[in-house]
Amino acid sequence: MKAVNLLELPVEERKESIYAKGKQKPNLKCDTDSIAGVVSQRACVYCGARVVLNPVTDAVHLVHGPIGCASYTWDIRGALSSGSDLYRFSFSTDLKEHDVIFGGEKKLALAIDELVIKYHPKLVFVYSTCIVGVIGDDLEMVCRVAARKHRIEVIPVQSTGFAGNKSAGYRAACDALLRLIEPKNKKEVKKSKSLNYLGDYNLAGEVWIIKSYLREMDIDMNVAFTGDSSCETLKTAAMASLNIVQCSGSMFYLAGKMEQIYGIPYMNISFLGLEDTAESLRKIARFFDDPETMGKTAELIEREINAYGDIVRGYREKLRGKKAAVYVGGGFKAISLIKQFREIGIDVVMVGTQTGRQEEYDTINDLVDEGTVILDDANPAELEQFVLEKGAHLLVGGVKERPLAYKLGIAFIDHNHDRKHPLSGFVGAVNFAEEVYATVCSPVWRFTQVPAAAHDCFAGEADNNETTTA
Amino acid sequence: MRMEQTHCLSVNENQCSMCMPMGAILAFKGVEGSMAIIHGSQGCSTYMRRHIAEHFNEPIDVASSSLNEKGTIYGGEANLRKGLDNAIKLYNPKVVGILTTCLAETIGEDIDRMAADYLEEKGLVDLPVVTVSTPGYGNSHFEGYFLAVKRIVAELVRQSVRHKGINIIVPNISPADIREIKRILKMMRVSYILLPDFSDTLDRALERPYRKMPAGGTKLADIAGMGGAQATIQMGVTVDEAISPGHYLESAFGVPLYNVPVPIGVQNTDLFVNLLKKLTGNPVPGSLERERGRLLDCMVDSHKYNAYGKSVVFGDPENVYAVACTCLENGISPVVTATGGKGGKLADLLKTRLPDAGPAAQVFCETDFSRIREKSREMEANIAIGHSGGRYLTEREGIPLVRYGFPIHDRVGGQRLLSVGYTGTAMLLDRITNTLLENKYRNYRRNIYQQFYYGTIKPAGKGRGEKNELRLQPGAKRE
Repeated sequence: MKAVNLLELPVEERKESIYAKGKQKPNLKCDTDSIAGVVSQRACVYCGARVVLNPVTDAVHLVHGPIGCASYTWDIRGALSSGSDLYRFSFSTDLKEHDVIFGGEKKLALAIDELVIKYHPKLVFVYSTCIVGVIGDDLEMVCRVAARKHRIEVIPVQSTGFAGNKSAGYRAACDALLRLIEPKNKKEVKKSKSLNYLGDYNLAGEVWIIKSYLREMDIDMNVAFTGDSSCETLKTAAMASLNIVQCSGSMFYLAGKMEQIYGIPYMNISFLGLEDTAESLRKIARFFDDPETMGKTAELIEREINAYGDIVRGYREKLRGKKAAVYVGGGFKAISLIKQFREIGIDVVMVGTQTGRQEEYDTINDLVDEGTVILDDANPAELEQFVLEKGAHLLVGGVKERPLAYKLGIAFIDHNHDRKHPLSGFVGAVNFAEEVYATVCSPVWRFTQVPAAAHDCFAGEADNNETTTA
Repeated sequence: MRMEQTHCLSVNENQCSMCMPMGAILAFKGVEGSMAIIHGSQGCSTYMRRHIAEHFNEPIDVASSSLNEKGTIYGGEANLRKGLDNAIKLYNPKVVGILTTCLAETIGEDIDRMAADYLEEKGLVDLPVVTVSTPGYGNSHFEGYFLAVKRIVAELVRQSVRHKGINIIVPNISPADIREIKRILKMMRVSYILLPDFSDTLDRALERPYRKMPAGGTKLADIAGMGGAQATIQMGVTVDEAISPGHYLESAFGVPLYNVPVPIGVQNTDLFVNLLKKLTGNPVPGSLERERGRLLDCMVDSHKYNAYGKSVVFGDPENVYAVACTCLENGISPVVTATGGKGGKLADLLKTRLPDAGPAAQVFCETDFSRIREKSREMEANIAIGHSGGRYLTEREGIPLVRYGFPIHDRVGGQRLLSVGYTGTAMLLDRITNTLLENKYRNYRRNIYQQFYYGTIKPAGKGRGEKNELRLQPGAKRE
């Protein structure tokens, strides 16, 4: 393996956001604005807010802005609902030049009126976009008036695209959620053995998987933020006695606020991978400190590990020695993935995120082997460079990264909000191992390794799924 | 036929269009060695890259000036300059496209002046830069696409000597479609300049090593010579003059413009082929004649199945027009035609054609899927033809969707869908007919059993799925 050549980075400013793990740990520059022109993979504030709030099933999600912001986010997520499917509709005020000049408040008010008549929602989220931030529409005022008029919740989401990065959007979404939670600033009668599950968006039913585990442990999942949630269930959030936080990137802010306002303690957990899932369930059981729950938890874990452990170990034998590059949205997911890859015998040789925080990068640094490249807010040029230099066999990422991996001739794992199969819990760990195997060991790579001149499709067929990476 | 300009009131519900810079990016992807930079917030370029990448399954690199709060308040010139610096350093482009966004336009950024100053200061006077004003609130992606092509032409065409070549300007059709048009041009022995040519850049062969800047695209030298061409054939019958590249070439360089529909359908393809014959004097080769014959054979083979088709056709105006024509010549009634943007001349053009589809056939411009769904139900459409937004019609109304156009996000191979020319039309028509047949096979046993044996079939229009059964129209009885 070649040493990573950071000196070859063409854009000087990026050097502060990239390093290879060595004896000394430099401070990684993260959570800052993206650098112009380098083709950052990040989106905007609106994107962050939309991701977090989208799974609220019975809300009208009204994007106050031009058509594009709504168009590019219409039903693109794999969040499932057990009730309403209003969240899968994309509503836009479709601002035009006239509105930009004369202001969009009137149109917004009319839009809310029309939607209330057509869909009778209990909750409307109104998302701000770039131009709304510039033309200065008073979202607060319009929403307040509409809420009073229709006697429903109309909550502005301060997600003006340019005002920060995706993380700012997470905070905007959390602020919107906080406004929904009742009661305001007073302690509520707590339900016993009831928790809120923060940072799971019920992609492919992941919240339901965890809910079933908790049910078996006699623990009630009060509400998930925000997978398969509704206006009514979110409002009861203050009644839980514990918040467990999965995707901490999007939800640590909300967890902190809820602790501050409602005195609800929180703990970080992870349901990605067999080990993390088991450990997280034990941690939850310990919190409630009830011998019966502890017993049931142990039974559950034993049963599930018995059912799935061998399968995962089987994949480990097949995958051992492969190398993975990880580029995902948040730090939590990156950390979980490093551990999960280890479970199936794979080392992570490059890891980066769009919105990771300093403390998350510290954890990442502690977890990975020496030489692993760690980077924040990467771009295609860097992904290409490090994937090739580090000889990764697969890349984990989202829709934009997928074609790059394939063009580089390596396997790819979709770990984004569009996915259609669950990766959480014990069953998810098996799905993950299966997916990694399906892509890393696919026969297609046999045909893509060599230049056209040397084509001999059936030579060296045995079990060689090595991919050429240079 | 009733004509109705949809008035969406204050809400656009489930969008049938995208924004201007999206279309402009696609146009730039068809120019050799080009790099687009979007002057606006980071999200714009990322969302559009994602949208395009998911359709083409290609890496889509588009730079952003990553405007933040400071840039928005004090002006974004520093961001744009840095963006240009970095994009040029990383991608070494032969031409740069600077596209604006809602944000840049609203804060009044003068990108022409900024670009000129930048190039001069950096000593990059030889680097062609094309600026395009594409506010997201201005128009749809369709107008953004043609405006960008027009701006590319306006900036890059040089006064040149007259030559025998023919300019071919294509709308947003698939890379496979562009390749097919080039094949027909070759068969007709036409010397041509096709713009924008993203047949390779957005549908690359797997090759090593990977190149950030894909090979292919219309060559800059060729674009420069478009002003001396014998004629321009623009597949842009719906395109307004103000954004028409062909119109620009005609008025600025005196190149005669022939606006033709996208060659989908036998009549539209005939128009294209006959025009090539007329302009070049070259005969139509026997092999192309036989392709035409095979298409006619296909049309005859399928006509009885197609007679039961009532289609809802939506998407870009140019594509909607060509597909609606194809439906009509095959006895499929395009009972609902729709586009999300203003539609250019689409409504006027269809007005003359739609009476064949029955008295109630309608065209909708500036519309959304909420309205398209409502009208499809009302008109009892049984097949949808358009991009993957139409899956909503399948899910909610049971109307099967033939995927055509951009974007296709829920299936692979949008870039490889062939629909133009005689051969492509036959392939598209087969996809349509087979979708009608699939629906028929899925339902006919149950329906006939219920109708005649059980005698309990619900009256038409009641209950999901029933209304979308194959039925002869207008006024004919069920099978």
